[in-house]
Amino acid sequence: MILVFCELKDGKLRKPSAEALSEGRRLADASGKSLGALFVGASNAGAADAANYGADLVLTCEASHLASYSSDAFASAISDAVKTKGATVLLGGATAMGKDALPRAAARLGAGYAGDVTGLSMVDGKLQAVRPVYAGKAFATTAFSSNVQVATTRPNVFTATEKSGPGVMEALPAPAGDFKAIVKEILAKGTGKADLTEANIIVSGGRGMKNGENFAILEALADALGGVVGASRAAVDAGWGISHGMQVGQTGKVVSPTLYIACGISGAIQHIAGMSGSKYIVAINKDPEAPIFKLASYGIVGDLFEVVPELTRAAKAMGIGQH
Amino acid sequence: MKILVALKQVPDTETRIKVAADGKSIDPADVKWITSPYDEYALEEAIRLKESKGAEVTVVSLGGDSVKDVLRNALALGADTAVLLKSDASDPLAIASALAAWAKDKGFDLIMAGNKGIGGDNASVGPMLAELLGIAQANVVVKLEIGDGTFRAEREIEGGTEVIEGKLPAVITAQKGLNEPRYASLKGIMGAKKKTIEEIDGAAPAGSTSVVGMVMPPARPEGRKLDGEPAQQAAALLNALKDEAKIF
Repeated sequence: MILVFCELKDGKLRKPSAEALSEGRRLADASGKSLGALFVGASNAGAADAANYGADLVLTCEASHLASYSSDAFASAISDAVKTKGATVLLGGATAMGKDALPRAAARLGAGYAGDVTGLSMVDGKLQAVRPVYAGKAFATTAFSSNVQVATTRPNVFTATEKSGPGVMEALPAPAGDFKAIVKEILAKGTGKADLTEANIIVSGGRGMKNGENFAILEALADALGGVVGASRAAVDAGWGISHGMQVGQTGKVVSPTLYIACGISGAIQHIAGMSGSKYIVAINKDPEAPIFKLASYGIVGDLFEVVPELTRAAKAMGIGQH
Repeated sequence: MKILVALKQVPDTETRIKVAADGKSIDPADVKWITSPYDEYALEEAIRLKESKGAEVTVVSLGGDSVKDVLRNALALGADTAVLLKSDASDPLAIASALAAWAKDKGFDLIMAGNKGIGGDNASVGPMLAELLGIAQANVVVKLEIGDGTFRAEREIEGGTEVIEGKLPAVITAQKGLNEPRYASLKGIMGAKKKTIEEIDGAAPAGSTSVVGMVMPPARPEGRKLDGEPAQQAAALLNALKDEAKIF
């Protein structure tokens, strides 16, 4: 069996989980295996949605003491499910929770782990993963020698494809409630916007923004396009009050949106490493020699303080991002 | 309190990576090696805890003689003792196993590391080490408070932070924002030269994964420049994104 650890948010299957399930379905079909979806929590209402992405079996591990995330409890629940079902491949989205729980579960299972993969295949009955290394400066192929193989799939890379599966529901026993650590509270930023790693459109600013207040014009463009705002290391480190959570690059977030608009970003190697996986790149920069133009699908040599507001105006006029 | 900080030596983030002739590793020529940036936050946090609460800080790194540079730098910054675990393990589980085998009976209350090493980017040695030692973990931490046998950590998640409370001992992996790392003082650098780095033959557990191939990213398709006045450039861009890229 190929087992996919799935996450729900507000009772709905999270997109990175749907992507992992779809990829799991494809691998299961290619290797003659079945596909299981695993949900862990106090309430797993909404878990049946996994059947819409091809799950043969939907496993739920439910207990009131699993209401808050605990790495040791979730890793137990996940590794127990792998053993109970005799799964040989364990997948999950490379989300904050997936990247926290699955390596721990892998260690418990004595299994190899490949994080943030962008390609998967089955070779001689075992998983093989393609993944960016050095933040995307190169791509490595990872082969596994362990009986169980574990991987997390990078959000926005695999396509979530609806495909009806039997989705037979089965409840699994929950792990005991003596946790070493547990989430006590979530401090949301309250923007309600997508995380950089999951965003389809990113408008990013660099040193050319000159100060933090000027990021307002990027916010306006991002709002008009239905995207989110990112920043280069230069902008984050400049002391403009730009949060490091917004940083795109080798020492920040590695992103792969459909559209990445780089404003006043020259294109340092460590920044390019974090965004070169974007499908379309737009560069807006005064300096026609800026290295970012070498990557750009569309380049605009010009003053971002003139071009960006024009883009916002035109996007609103065209009704882009309204649907 | 006894604190362990695990450090990794990695290529500088400004280094251009080239694939070696074996087709499955990077070409070490012209690579400048540094301490993994996230490990610097981990070490800084340990030194601050030593200054505020009193602690003994040990640093450890896996590898060959070259990683002594990273350990020597940590001693200059304020670590008390440094250990080189001689091992050629490269798979995350093998590295975590070698670290756990050495650390398990040393009585560390807190184990710090970067949330990922620049390079392999699996971000998995921290949680694997926590599991192998049977202790708590908090990863990608931007704020840490240590209580009496307990910890409270804020970690980055999608769209915010979550607060984790747990018991020590624990593995905590650092994220940018946790602190602002200091520079080594001249006194620290001179003092570090006199300290010895303990060398231990590390366990060499068999790896469960191996890199069988490495390639450079595919070249990006040729792009084009959009000319004209700002308003014309803006309109041309949106039309291209709509009609050619079919984004909207």
